[in-house]
Amino acid sequence: MHRYIPNTEADKRQMLDSIGANSIEDLFEDVPSELRLGRNLNIGEALSEIELSNHMNALANENNSISDLICFLGAGAYDHHIPTTVKHLATRSEFYTSYTPYQPEISQGTLQIIFEYQTMISNLTGMDVSNASLYDGPTAAAEAAMMACASTKRKSIIVSKTVNPEIRKVLHTYMKFRDLELIEVDMNDGVTDVEKLKSMISKDTAGVMIQSPNFFGIIEDLTEVEKVTHENKALLISYTDPISLGILKSPGELGADIVVGEGQSLGTNLNFGGPYLGFLAATKKLARKMPGRIAGQSLDVDGKRAFVLTLQAREQHIRRYKANSNICSNQGLNALIATIYLVTMGKEGLREVAARSTQKAHYAFEELIKKRKFKPLFNKPFFKEFAVTSEFDSRMVNKALLKSGILGGYELGKAYPQYKNGLLFCVTEKRTKEEIDKLTGVMEVI
Amino acid sequence: MREYNSLIFEVSREGRKAYSLPKCELCEDEINEIIPEEFLRTSDSKLPEVSEVDVIRHFTNLSNKNYGVDTGFYPLGSCTMKYNPKINEDMAGILGLNSIHPYQPAETIQGSLKLMYDLDKMLAEISGMDRITLQPAAGAHGELTGLMIIKAYHQNRGDLKRKKIIVPDSAHGTNPATAAVAGFDIVEIKSDDNGAVDIEALKRVLDDEVAGLMLTNPSTLGLFETNIKVIADLVHEAGGLLYYDGANMNAIVGITRPGDMGFDVMHFNLHKTFSTPHGGGGPGSGPVGVKEHLVKFLPVPVIEKKDDKFVLDYDRSESIGKVKGFYGNYGMMVRAYSYILTMGSEGLREMSETAVLNANYMMNKLKEHYHLPIKQVCKHEFVLGGLEETSLEVSTLDIAKRLLDYGYHPPTIYFPLIVSEAMMVEPTETESLETIDAFIDTMIKIAGEAKENPDLLKTAPHNTPVRRIDEVRAARQLIVKWEDE
Amino acid sequence: MKVLEELYYSNEHEWVRVEGKKAYIGITDYAQHALGDIVYVEMPELGEEIEGGDVFGAIESVKAASDVFSPVSGKIVEINEELENSPELVNEKPYESWILALEMSDESELKNLMNSKAYKEFCENEDH
Repeated sequence: MHRYIPNTEADKRQMLDSIGANSIEDLFEDVPSELRLGRNLNIGEALSEIELSNHMNALANENNSISDLICFLGAGAYDHHIPTTVKHLATRSEFYTSYTPYQPEISQGTLQIIFEYQTMISNLTGMDVSNASLYDGPTAAAEAAMMACASTKRKSIIVSKTVNPEIRKVLHTYMKFRDLELIEVDMNDGVTDVEKLKSMISKDTAGVMIQSPNFFGIIEDLTEVEKVTHENKALLISYTDPISLGILKSPGELGADIVVGEGQSLGTNLNFGGPYLGFLAATKKLARKMPGRIAGQSLDVDGKRAFVLTLQAREQHIRRYKANSNICSNQGLNALIATIYLVTMGKEGLREVAARSTQKAHYAFEELIKKRKFKPLFNKPFFKEFAVTSEFDSRMVNKALLKSGILGGYELGKAYPQYKNGLLFCVTEKRTKEEIDKLTGVMEVI
Repeated sequence: MREYNSLIFEVSREGRKAYSLPKCELCEDEINEIIPEEFLRTSDSKLPEVSEVDVIRHFTNLSNKNYGVDTGFYPLGSCTMKYNPKINEDMAGILGLNSIHPYQPAETIQGSLKLMYDLDKMLAEISGMDRITLQPAAGAHGELTGLMIIKAYHQNRGDLKRKKIIVPDSAHGTNPATAAVAGFDIVEIKSDDNGAVDIEALKRVLDDEVAGLMLTNPSTLGLFETNIKVIADLVHEAGGLLYYDGANMNAIVGITRPGDMGFDVMHFNLHKTFSTPHGGGGPGSGPVGVKEHLVKFLPVPVIEKKDDKFVLDYDRSESIGKVKGFYGNYGMMVRAYSYILTMGSEGLREMSETAVLNANYMMNKLKEHYHLPIKQVCKHEFVLGGLEETSLEVSTLDIAKRLLDYGYHPPTIYFPLIVSEAMMVEPTETESLETIDAFIDTMIKIAGEAKENPDLLKTAPHNTPVRRIDEVRAARQLIVKWEDE
Repeated sequence: MKVLEELYYSNEHEWVRVEGKKAYIGITDYAQHALGDIVYVEMPELGEEIEGGDVFGAIESVKAASDVFSPVSGKIVEINEELENSPELVNEKPYESWILALEMSDESELKNLMNSKAYKEFCENEDH
């Protein structure tokens, strides 16, 4: 008798009698005996709440979380502040124990939130339309690449080497298996080499993907990229950090056709890499090529405003093998979290988070450079992340930082062999002067 | 209660705020002194401006317009809307488990890696597979990963002509869509009269171009594919592989295993079988299990144990690569791991047995009033084909909408496609006899209403926050964001 | 179900109206009924060359999507732009709502199509 299974033995007996079965075994007579497991699973005995709690806390004690460490690590996952409203509202089980709003009459909460989410993502990115979200940033980038290929009827994507390596890896997998081509364009002083891009782009290019702020935190100048992309009738896919849009020009203003990115910064905690939130927005012209769910506004039979999933004829359950994407769900709960986050922060709050992260990152950078042990890797305007290098092995630097309770930077050598000793640091609005001074202090005495 | 119909943008008033940030001594430099003007935003972000109490009331009111498993019975077939135990949420909220950056050094994440390693082992034991990747983010994503592995397997053997994936016509739409995204051609085969794979039809399409067959067992009709061994042998003899869609796994845990049925690769839905909440549409989690001959193709990284330490192993030359950022929906893994531990071996078997008992009990009671196309013992769910009296002009949609009036989430409707007016009912094991009986009584009452007052059904629902919505208008006008008039 | 005498029909439920070398193509009354309320007509590009039997666009209702095949080969010389904003016209006047016009490259292909009588019978068989 398990606490999550309400029916007692007596209930079960009554149900079996009603069916006309002697035992539960009768209900499995269609499973051939040679396929029966015929033994208990080797999982062990059920744990009580107390036992489970002790076990899980013991596991937690084998970790060092960022509640023990001062985090200067970013590279695609960020330690921004999460306002308390997020926790209190996102844990309402009317939200998280529901499923995809197939029955809109009893899902107006979820549907209106998706509509509000779409509105804010569209406005932030400067695009006409947004979908209801995707798994995460890297898969959103892959979906955008496939969407560009489908809508241009071309088979090649160019991606900049300044795009986060984690994203490029996922892109490679998706493209390879769909028999599409992915070409990487080189970089120059930490930004996309536009001259090289010009020499590679052709009438076979479906899309050009640029990240800004890019993997190194640098703000890319998209003016030339936009021109050459559109001259070749390819689509400009912009990968961006939504927090940065509090102060930076929106991709829509820069001429992007599709905007994707990682929405984890918008209120989702680090979660060791997931669940996160992929967002995807596009121009009106591409609305029907977007993958995933979309909520639309309509009226009910009484003329009352109501929301409903729309453009479903694009999706897998109708198009089956002709669908452009196999996605069936969205990251509903994370989209809810992002909505609560953006509503709580509002126009001014998001601007302030973006500005402070920038200001603090620049303070950390200046302090570090001043001491001369570490040199800037690039000389370009950056947002909340910056790359430095030194004569020291980056792993050794990080080890020293960890000893002082600091989670150091991303070791660039892992993805860029040419920057063997390079470190990418991230500074969010959460970091204090004291913490930054501690970082630069430890690094000075290495 | 007062009806709440505002969008947050309509609540917004200039100058209000709901956030707080500390004083900043490092923030004296103006942004335009740090970043060149041409990069700075000039357009309005149009985010709302509201106070904290506005935020709380807005979302609380919206939550009241939603229906979740915690609200009531949710027999949505193929989605396994079982109760989501609260302790799992608490465990996923432990700071030492969730406030972990994905790029932290291995020595600081041993607890999380151990959890994932052990979950891999548990899922392997439950499924009869040899190794699991936890990276895929959802069922459809698991399917994609699995099919990539199948493709890699054939390519690795130099067998390049295998371009076809066989999918039964009863399959979920994701199966063919996924096969297309993975770069395969799709061959659909008809089901036999019992909704099972038609062996003769299968034989006709099996040739040396077949890469694999995708199947759920129990099938989407909720029936066990008794011939599964024969099917597996046929596909294997033709050189293809078998893919198991784990959507219906809630019927078989502790009883039979996909690995023992002959499947080579499969996905799990942690958000179905293993109780992680559906989140209003996600996040899910779709781990993929494989047999030994496919382990080398699993996505990177794979968690390995070396000298008693857990490490993320990226050095795998034949891997398909990465399918998602980082390591998967880890937060969901923590919940599923907690669930498996709190169920134990016996609890898991009782879970499947009770799910099957509940479904058979309901099917038996409802078959007098609704059309049951295939009369045999079902597994965790069953499919009805609308009302028994087909002359009535009441559709499955009308019945579903009427259920809303009685406070229920309706079953899955119009799926599988091979049953007309389909209603797919999955009670799960977490519902009591009283709940199930009350639902059965309501369904019988609705069948009566269909005869006596069909308009009541055709105009339903009557007492929900909104009534039937004009979907044609939504698609034609395409208003997908709020705009200030 | 309405079938016009002067048109050619394909077994994918498209109709063809011939004006000299030009072929206007749309979907039949039967097809629009089967699809239900049409919400979108996906158009090809002007100037594109298509082969008979090729898919040149798609029609979407709320619950279904259907590819549109070209019954004959040729170059696209006209597009009915009105359908982009008023897809419901396909429901309302299926035989006036042509989707595109082709300059036919092989008029003999018309011989492979059905006349109204044959198409009527074809539809009756589809229903059984």
